[in-house]
Formats: sequence, structure tokens, C-alpha cells
Amino acid sequence: MKAISVTEPVVETRSVTGSIICRTSASIMVPFILLWGLYVLIHGALGPGGGFQAGVILAAGFILHTAAFGLKETKKILPVKLVMVMASTGPLIYVGMGILAIIFGGNFLEYGALPLGHSPAEASKYGIEIVEVGIGLTVMAIMVSIFYDIALRKKVE
Amino acid sequence: MITDHLSVLIIAVGLLGAFFTPIIGLIRKEMCSLWASFIILLQFLISIFLLYQVIIAGNISYWLGGWEPPWGIEYAVDLLNAFVLVIVAGICFSVSIYGRKSLGFEVPDKELPLYTLYILLTTGMLGIVVTGDIFNLYVFLEIGSLAAYALIAMGGRHSLTASFNYMIMGTVSASFILLGIGYLYVMTGTLNMADISALLPSLYGRPVILVAIALLVVGLSIKTALFPLHTWLPDAYTHAPSAVSAVLSGTFTKVGIYALIRVMFTVISPSYVIETVPVMSILSWVAAIGILAGSLLAIAQYDIKRMLAYSSVSQIGYIFLGIGMANKLAMTGGILHILSHSLMKVGLFMVAGAIIYRTGIRNIYQLKGMGKKMPYTMAAFVIGALSMIGIPPTIGFASKFYLAWGALGAGEWVFVVVILLSSLLTAVYFWRIFENAFFGVHEDIKKDEAPISMLLPILAFAVITVLLGLLASLPIGIIEQWVTGVLP
Amino acid sequence: MVLDIIFAKYNYIIYITLMTIGFYGMIGKRNLIKKLIGMSIFQYSIFLFYVSAADVSGGTAPILLKEPAVYVNPLPHVLILTAIVVAVSTLAVGLSLVIRIYKEFGTLDEDKIIELSR
Repeated sequence: MKAISVTEPVVETRSVTGSIICRTSASIMVPFILLWGLYVLIHGALGPGGGFQAGVILAAGFILHTAAFGLKETKKILPVKLVMVMASTGPLIYVGMGILAIIFGGNFLEYGALPLGHSPAEASKYGIEIVEVGIGLTVMAIMVSIFYDIALRKKVE
Repeated sequence: MITDHLSVLIIAVGLLGAFFTPIIGLIRKEMCSLWASFIILLQFLISIFLLYQVIIAGNISYWLGGWEPPWGIEYAVDLLNAFVLVIVAGICFSVSIYGRKSLGFEVPDKELPLYTLYILLTTGMLGIVVTGDIFNLYVFLEIGSLAAYALIAMGGRHSLTASFNYMIMGTVSASFILLGIGYLYVMTGTLNMADISALLPSLYGRPVILVAIALLVVGLSIKTALFPLHTWLPDAYTHAPSAVSAVLSGTFTKVGIYALIRVMFTVISPSYVIETVPVMSILSWVAAIGILAGSLLAIAQYDIKRMLAYSSVSQIGYIFLGIGMANKLAMTGGILHILSHSLMKVGLFMVAGAIIYRTGIRNIYQLKGMGKKMPYTMAAFVIGALSMIGIPPTIGFASKFYLAWGALGAGEWVFVVVILLSSLLTAVYFWRIFENAFFGVHEDIKKDEAPISMLLPILAFAVITVLLGLLASLPIGIIEQWVTGVLP
Repeated sequence: MVLDIIFAKYNYIIYITLMTIGFYGMIGKRNLIKKLIGMSIFQYSIFLFYVSAADVSGGTAPILLKEPAVYVNPLPHVLILTAIVVAVSTLAVGLSLVIRIYKEFGTLDEDKIIELSR
């Protein structure tokens, strides 16, 4: 419930930005954190990793960005509405894959029936990876939206 | 063919619909409620078709991902599932139409989370009913519960603490259920319901199974608000938005009862829970106490929604009484009471919501002249109340008749007395409303009826209550066929 | 004899102890946040039960190796992964409820809230 309520009008109380050292190091680190998150996301089908972990890493990148450059800058990159759409896109990808499998003649979520790769085994690997991307999107969006909600909240009296 | 996939599509449609709601809401906020009604209508149609399929062609088994059970998750639909599916989806659909005005008034400007959660609640309940995998049941139970906590919390200041209490108790019950499932899994090594019931007979007599049964019964009893564990229910139903209380009273507790029936009579064999361990007779005695206590507590209330909530506690006792006696007639009566209580209690809660919408009155003693002010709404209320008492041409009579008949057949005179006495008490607490709403008013009161989108579902429920009472053989036929297959 | 049981089944004893602590937290504490902490401990004790019940002494991770080996049953771990997600969502709902209760009543003490909501 909290995660969806990001649309509520919120008041920015102060604009916090880090020092120059903080900003410079963040601008170096953020791309690498995001890249690493994507690596964990794609690697999830074969090794340790997957959507949940990757989503949290990606969200951490954006949170670091906020800490260094302030909320205004982050919201230019990742507007609240976009976060909401991303949060609901993940489950849609998941259910969509299930229904696609039905359309291609399998059972619900039978990735082997999808026309990906050369064999059913390969198809199911790609199917799982697409679903992982959906999970990663949702987890990232939810983490960021929780952070937005807390960061934007007026100080409780 | 797409008709082979209906048992999973009923869930998939709900999930798609729920997560599409925020995107639709970003474009047009007013579209959310229409979208929710549309999605739940789809689920309702699918559920009717499933019932038809089961009656014509027998049980449906669906393998998710094409994995053969017991390795994969199985969705198994038989007569009982399909019957409860139709009830749940139908009630959620009609309340979603009713809620357009009612929720718009009681929870303004929150369409996005509201309708997302509403569809999720519906989908969670349908998932509990449709699944044939016991861990999947737990997951859907939690999806439904989480949505319910959030929906209850939208009712304002007092609903927050009510929701918090419900959350703590609901989590305890879910944890007990999880632990019970864990013990069953440790003993049998499988989570598929059919597979567990095939493996269990060789393990009866082990204390672990007893512990598992105890945990599952207590956990599900909290979820269904059986009498001594009902304490979360009155607060939650009183302070939640009216449409939400209607849906929760009509379907969520019923789904819990369905889960209990499924676990006790399909997963664990009936002969074990009836004869070897007297779980069922304990449940029926607790239920009998609950019936009387719920009715007595309802008489003490002056808030109309709180009275209906305590009345729910008492009516849930009837269902448990029927299941607990576990003979064919009483069991039929108990399962039929799932249908009849859903119909009448949802109707009554909707009437309460309509009164609150028009006048803001919640106190029973301020309802003076309501019969002149909102004649059609109050007529529907009378029909619902008569059905609750058990006056003949209504569905409430049919289920109580079967319950009493079953109790007589089993020679349980105490239960017959309890049923009759509680009918009397029910008449007492509804009489106070009749008296205030219809009698003793002389001054002219202008007619100020509820808006048509609220009135239509209310009247529909009243008509269905009477119609099904006249055609009671339809649902009874379905239930009897299932009960005969299960009970020896 | 008793010691044997304790040493053989120590995972059960630990989970029961944790469960009781959680239960006490939910019932005995008056602060809503402490209640939530108790609730979390209660849930996680059950996860501990699942995971420890799946353990096979000397087992490896269920990965395809060169030669066959004894491996730990992965299914309970996966189930508990789902249950952890459920527990985290419950905690999130609970915390957001607590935030709104605090905004509404200005306190987290249960007795004071009951007094105020009269």
C-alpha cells in the first residue's frame, strides 16, 4: 500500500546535496553499481543472483545518486510516475509470459513451449531470464518508491 | 483450446488486471472502478463456466508449467471448488459495482491503491479456492490477507488500530498454518493435496500428524473468526469502509472455511478426523457456544455495522456446526449456509453502507423513519434479516432446515435447541431495527433513496435470496453430490 | 536420555524458544513497534524450522557435480524464500500502519491509543 501511494502530493522540505567529494565519487560509482546490478540480473539463471538481488542493487545505485545530488536530480531521471509504471510492469511481464506460453500451446508458465532458442531447455532458460528482468524491475521500483516516500515525508510532529 | 486453461486464467486475469490498474489510473482516475468491475466480471464468467465444466465433464486438474504433480503445482477443481468460486467471484463483482459510489464517498481520492488491492483481494481468495497445492494455498491466503489489512486501514482513524490488531492475529494464524503445512511436508515429503492424502494413512498414529492437524485447525479458525478466536472481527468490520466489510464478511471468512473443509476432508481423511481424533465434534461444540455467544453479543450492540459483525460470528458458528457434525445432511446444510450467509450478510452490510452514505447514521436507535425515507433499501434489509432468522421462502431457511435435520438425524438434541434458540435471538436483534425504522413515526419524511448503482446490487441480493430459497434444490444438488463423494 | 533428545533435536528446541519469545513480544509488549518485532521473530522461527528440517548432514548444495553426492533438499529453501517475501510484505504493511497510527494518535503506546480512541 505504501509503495503505491507515491502519487500523493508531497512537500520537499529541504534540498540535500553532498560535498564535492561525495558528488564526484558518486558520479563515478553510480554507473558501476547499475552495471553490476544488471550483471547480477542477467546472470541469475545460471549462477547466484537473480531478480530480487539485482533489484535491490539497482535501487541502491539510485539511492546513492539521491544522497549525492539531491532528490530533484534523481526525480528528473526517475520520475515518480515512471517508478509506479515500472512497479506494475514487472508482474505484467510475469503473467504475460505465462499467457504467452498458453498462446504457444503449452500450459501456463511452460517456458519450454515458447519459441526462444533452439530447444525447449534453452527456451525455458530465456523465459526465466525475461521473468527475472520483470522481478528486478519491480523490486527496484518498490525499493526506490519506499525511499522516495520516506525521504519526502514531512517531519512527523 | 483456451477452455482447458480456465482454472489458471481466472488467477492470471486477476493478476494482470490488478497490476494494470495503476497504469490506467495514471491516465484516467475515474476508470479504475470500471476496470475493476470489468476484470472481476471476467473472473465471474470464468467461474460460472468452470462450474458448468465440472458438472458436465467431471473434475479438472491443471498442471502449472506443464510439470506433472506431485512435482509441479496443480490446480484442481471439483464441485466444491467450483461452487465456492462462483460465490466469491459473484459477490466481489456485485460489491465492486456497489462500491463505485460507496467507496468514492468513504475513501475519497484513493482509487489507485483501492482498486488494485480490491482486485488482488479477489484474486487471492479465488486462488485459495482453486489451488490443489497446500503451500500455494498459504501464499494465496497471505496475498488476500495483506490486501485485506490495507483495505480495512482505509476506513479512517479507528480502522487503523483495528487493522493492526487484525494483522497481528492474522499473522499468527498464517504462521500456524505454515507450521502445520511444514509438519505435513516433513512427514510426507510432498505438498500436493492429493498426494499427501494418499501418503498419510500409513502415518496416522504418529503424534506429528496430530500436531499438524492442531496447528492447521487453530490457524484456520483464527482466519475464519470461530467464536473464541473472533476478537479481530468486530473492530475490523465496524471501522472498515462498508463495501470492504461487505466483501470480507461475505467471502473472506468463507474462503477460510473452505480451506478448513478441504484440509480436513480431502487432505486428511474424514474417518481420521471424525473417529480416531474427535476434531470435528470439538469444532461443533465450540461452534454451538459461538452461535449463542455471537447472537447475545449482537443484541448488546447499538452500532449497526458492529451488530452485523457479531451476527457474522454467530452465523460462522452455524457453518462450523454443520461441518463438525459431519453427517451428510448437516454437512450439506453447513456448505449451503456458506452460500446463504454470504448472500444475506453482504446484502445487509450493503444496506448499512447505503444508510451511512445517505444519512451518516450508524446508531440503531437513530434510524427512526428510515422505512419511509429509503423504502426499497429497507425492504431489502427486511428480506435479508428474515433470511437470517430463517423464515421459509428464503435461502436462510433451507440451510437452517438442513442443519436442524442433520442434528436430529445424529441425535444431537442440544444442537437442535441451539439452532432454534439462536434463531429467536437473531429475531430479537433484528427486531430492534424494524421497530425503529418502520414503526412509531408520524411526521412526514421525504423519500431520499440511495443512488441507483448502490440500490441495484442491494435489490439483486434480496431477489436472489428469495429466488434461491424457492429453487434451493439447485445448490443442494451440487453440494450433496460432493458430500456423498467425500463422506463414507 | 534427555540430553540425547536435546542434542539430537536442538534445532526444534531453538525454533520453539524463538517462537515463544516472538509470542511474548506480541502479547506482552505495549509498544506497537516492539509488537512488530515480536511478530517478525515469530515468523522467522518457523522459517528456521523449515530450513533446518531440510538439512542432511554432510550434504552439499543441490548442484550437478562430476560425481554423485549427498545433497540437501532444496525445496524447503525455495518455499521459505517465498515465505520470507510474504513476511517482509507483512512487516512493510505493519510499519506503514504504525506510521499512520503515530500520525493519528501521536503515540505508539497501546494503552494510550486505547484511551484516545474511546
